[in-house]
Amino acid sequence: MRFGVVVFPGSNCDHDAWYAFSQNLGHSAEFIWHDSHSVGDVDAVILPGGFSYGDYLRCGAIAKFSPVMGAVRKFADQGGLVLGICNGFQILVECGFLPGALIRNRDLRFVCRDVTLRIETTNSPFTCAATKGQLIRVPVAHGEGCYFADDKILDQLEAEDRVIVRYMDNPNGSLRDIAGICNEQRNVMGMMPHPERAADELLGSTEGRVILESMVASLVTKAGK
Amino acid sequence: MASQLPPDEMAKVRAILQREPTETELGIFNVMWSEHCSYKSSKIHLKTLPTENPRVLVGPGENAGIIDIGDNIAIAFKIESHNHPSFIEPFQGAATGVGGILRDIFTMGARPIAVMDAIRFGPLDDPQNGERNRRILTGVVEGIAHYGNCFGVPTVGGETQFEACYNGNPLVNVFALGVFKHDEIFFGKATGVGNPVIYVGAKTGRDGIQGAAMASEEFSENSASKRPNVQVGDPFMEKLLLEACLEAMHTGAIVGIQDMGAAGLTCSTCEMGSRAETGIEIDLKYVPQRETGMTPYEIMLSESQERMLLVAEKGREEEVFAVFRKWGLDAATVGVVTDTNKLIVRDHGEIVADIPNRELADEAPLYDRPHNVKPYRTAPMEAPKFESKDLKADLLTMLASGDLCSKRWIWQQYDYTVRTNTLAGPGGDAAIIRIKETDTSIAMSLDGNGRYCYLDPREGTKLLIAECCRNLSAVGAEPVAATNNLNFGNPERPEIMAQLVESIQGIGEACRFFDTPITGGNVSLYNETLGEAIWPTPVMGIVGLMKTGLPVTIPFKNEGRTVMLLGGVGSSDETRMGGTQYAKNVLKTIWGLPPALDMDYEKRVQTATREVVRAGLAESSHDVGAGGLAVALAECCANGIGAALEVKSTLRPELALFHEGPSRVLVSTTSPEAVEKIAKAHNIECVRLGVTMKEQLRIDDSSKTLIDVPVKQLREVWELGLEGLLHPVHV
Repeated sequence: MRFGVVVFPGSNCDHDAWYAFSQNLGHSAEFIWHDSHSVGDVDAVILPGGFSYGDYLRCGAIAKFSPVMGAVRKFADQGGLVLGICNGFQILVECGFLPGALIRNRDLRFVCRDVTLRIETTNSPFTCAATKGQLIRVPVAHGEGCYFADDKILDQLEAEDRVIVRYMDNPNGSLRDIAGICNEQRNVMGMMPHPERAADELLGSTEGRVILESMVASLVTKAGK
Repeated sequence: MASQLPPDEMAKVRAILQREPTETELGIFNVMWSEHCSYKSSKIHLKTLPTENPRVLVGPGENAGIIDIGDNIAIAFKIESHNHPSFIEPFQGAATGVGGILRDIFTMGARPIAVMDAIRFGPLDDPQNGERNRRILTGVVEGIAHYGNCFGVPTVGGETQFEACYNGNPLVNVFALGVFKHDEIFFGKATGVGNPVIYVGAKTGRDGIQGAAMASEEFSENSASKRPNVQVGDPFMEKLLLEACLEAMHTGAIVGIQDMGAAGLTCSTCEMGSRAETGIEIDLKYVPQRETGMTPYEIMLSESQERMLLVAEKGREEEVFAVFRKWGLDAATVGVVTDTNKLIVRDHGEIVADIPNRELADEAPLYDRPHNVKPYRTAPMEAPKFESKDLKADLLTMLASGDLCSKRWIWQQYDYTVRTNTLAGPGGDAAIIRIKETDTSIAMSLDGNGRYCYLDPREGTKLLIAECCRNLSAVGAEPVAATNNLNFGNPERPEIMAQLVESIQGIGEACRFFDTPITGGNVSLYNETLGEAIWPTPVMGIVGLMKTGLPVTIPFKNEGRTVMLLGGVGSSDETRMGGTQYAKNVLKTIWGLPPALDMDYEKRVQTATREVVRAGLAESSHDVGAGGLAVALAECCANGIGAALEVKSTLRPELALFHEGPSRVLVSTTSPEAVEKIAKAHNIECVRLGVTMKEQLRIDDSSKTLIDVPVKQLREVWELGLEGLLHPVHV
């Protein structure tokens, strides 16, 4: 499978995502520059972590206007898989792919640590290889990762089974412990934790791989149809 | 601005120029000959340090030292202080400290892969200064986090300590390390007469003017007025600059490059020319500026951040410009390399400075400042009478103290896992970063101990080098090279100069002995406020090499394992307890001497430790350091597994449990015989202390129980200590 990792000025987990998909999982991965008007010939797009355009205004607010996001929208509209990790999640929310907002962490400090996530549903291309209720340990590293939305949206997300992962030990004050959600069509997911940082035995946890491997599995299934 | 040069230096300037200097020239000399840039008080002593071994590719004098780690891979690393700016403006001061050292690394062509910080403050519960100290710490930590996290380099370790001497003089020392291939190394040399000199990165503003000169003075009541001397950092810009510089280097069109750090455009132009024995001629009208009406003096001395100066091959400028355009950065040709050996600065054609490069960059006046007196100290030699009433309470007090408590509150604000190389992050004896291109990993340790060095600068310094190397050995790494940051008071006072000289001699002795040459570093003098000097605080950063693999960490992992003390219980006496954490936190005083170090024995303990760890015999491993054996054991209980132990010693319990004698490492193992065999082969003591068990730490001596405490209680006071100090409950 071919994974395209978008590089914004200020992305700093682009190489980590590239490494996880290409070296840890053995698939092909390539970078997509932010001023591209096409995502190219890829099977899935990754919006990596970092500080796109410095994120001095509001995380993801400038990335929203980059040419590549138009291409990502087109790709997503056609059913392509898009995973936004950390800053990628913030960008997806800013662009309106996903509802709600990511605001400053509850205690107003950047937080970097391992968290335990619970897989809330396997009905998504990002968790189809997991089991419901499975606990995975992956790192978070963000200053603005508190998921916020009004009750109506939160209820709707839950009713539509769109909360994909929840924190067992909420590090940032996210409402209803939400760590990751998907869109209505279920092909676009955003999550604050970093599954690509938990994909290598040497780093102490490979439990993030289930997210990445689910994407591969769903792409294989799709290709077989 | 009036001249700040002393009369004799002023005379030397006139002799070099053979005329009166212009205002711009005077500013240039003032900053280049500042203590910060010229090392004029320390250089003759620094020259005595060992700087070579077969691994060293580039030693002191460049932006960073470089060592070979095999497989055609090299690492560049260095430590820098940003003490003065961090006191005046903690957030930006610390942030730009990180930014500055990162540029030192990538200007050589290396991609930064790790940062560590050694930070020191006045006590957080200081009755007079506590609130300010808490604010400084919070600001410094946020500044480091802000810059490193956004730039995308993991902050993987460091140390945080508190002493009253840092009340008016906090220390912020930042270490950075980068990796590259041997053929990717760049130097700050302006070679090739006729080649264009190109300015890249952020525009020049009025910030930080004369910052290096400020860092070479003591603080007074007027220090608040120095706030404009502190620069403002933009980590996003730096990230772009990193990517653009590395990409531009790959075009092959760049012949030399240097960052604009301290002394900005001045330092980069004259140093690049001096190194290459060429001249540089620039016209300031081409320098990208973000303010209008800046004078030549201001442009030359601005310390605006995130700027680089590079020399490209003539005719290939466009290749360089294309890369910087791609990254949205300014790049402008500002001048040309000449054969005059001079730095010539024009302002719209008119010459405003015309100075011989070498004299400016390399021939600053050097001083052999008087130091033939005893190093400054007022602490008594004799120990007070002391006897513990409650050893358990003493241990808990120490674990909750600023120096010994967990620093998790700090390091959780740093992204330590970005770049997916962090095998062991903050909180361990040494941080470990893998190099993806090889099966070699880099271990690194930062250490300082103002307390020991105050009591005996030479022995204290040797002790902390031994400790750094022991930290590396505890994770199985072989120490290979070092960088140092010398934080001292006013060198014009002989008793302070004596501290500096003794300490440098200690570095020489220990680094020679452990074969960890100094590849570069930084000297920060004049750390005094209102005449009060900090304790002598050399900070060492030592790197080690190891085979990539799962790390051995501090906490006990399983019940029923044998707990062993490599090196033995060690010895001490009342005098040598005076610099310990026990003296500090329980007795609240300082006296006597630092612990005694036998370097030969130390080396054998380290070799044995590495062998034990590398053979896979250690399930856990932890160096015994500050706080002594009892504190080290408590730290081993951090995962919830405790131990039942017996400490056999002729020392009385306070000494046996809390003395800080070096050359000791704790391991837990399933194969005690194998560990003993290795210890015997290296002719070191190795004691079986007892066995790990659930939930309780119990330490007996041969007749009675000394400490018996639930692991949960140890953890609580240790983990919450810092937050308790940062957020005191006001009654």
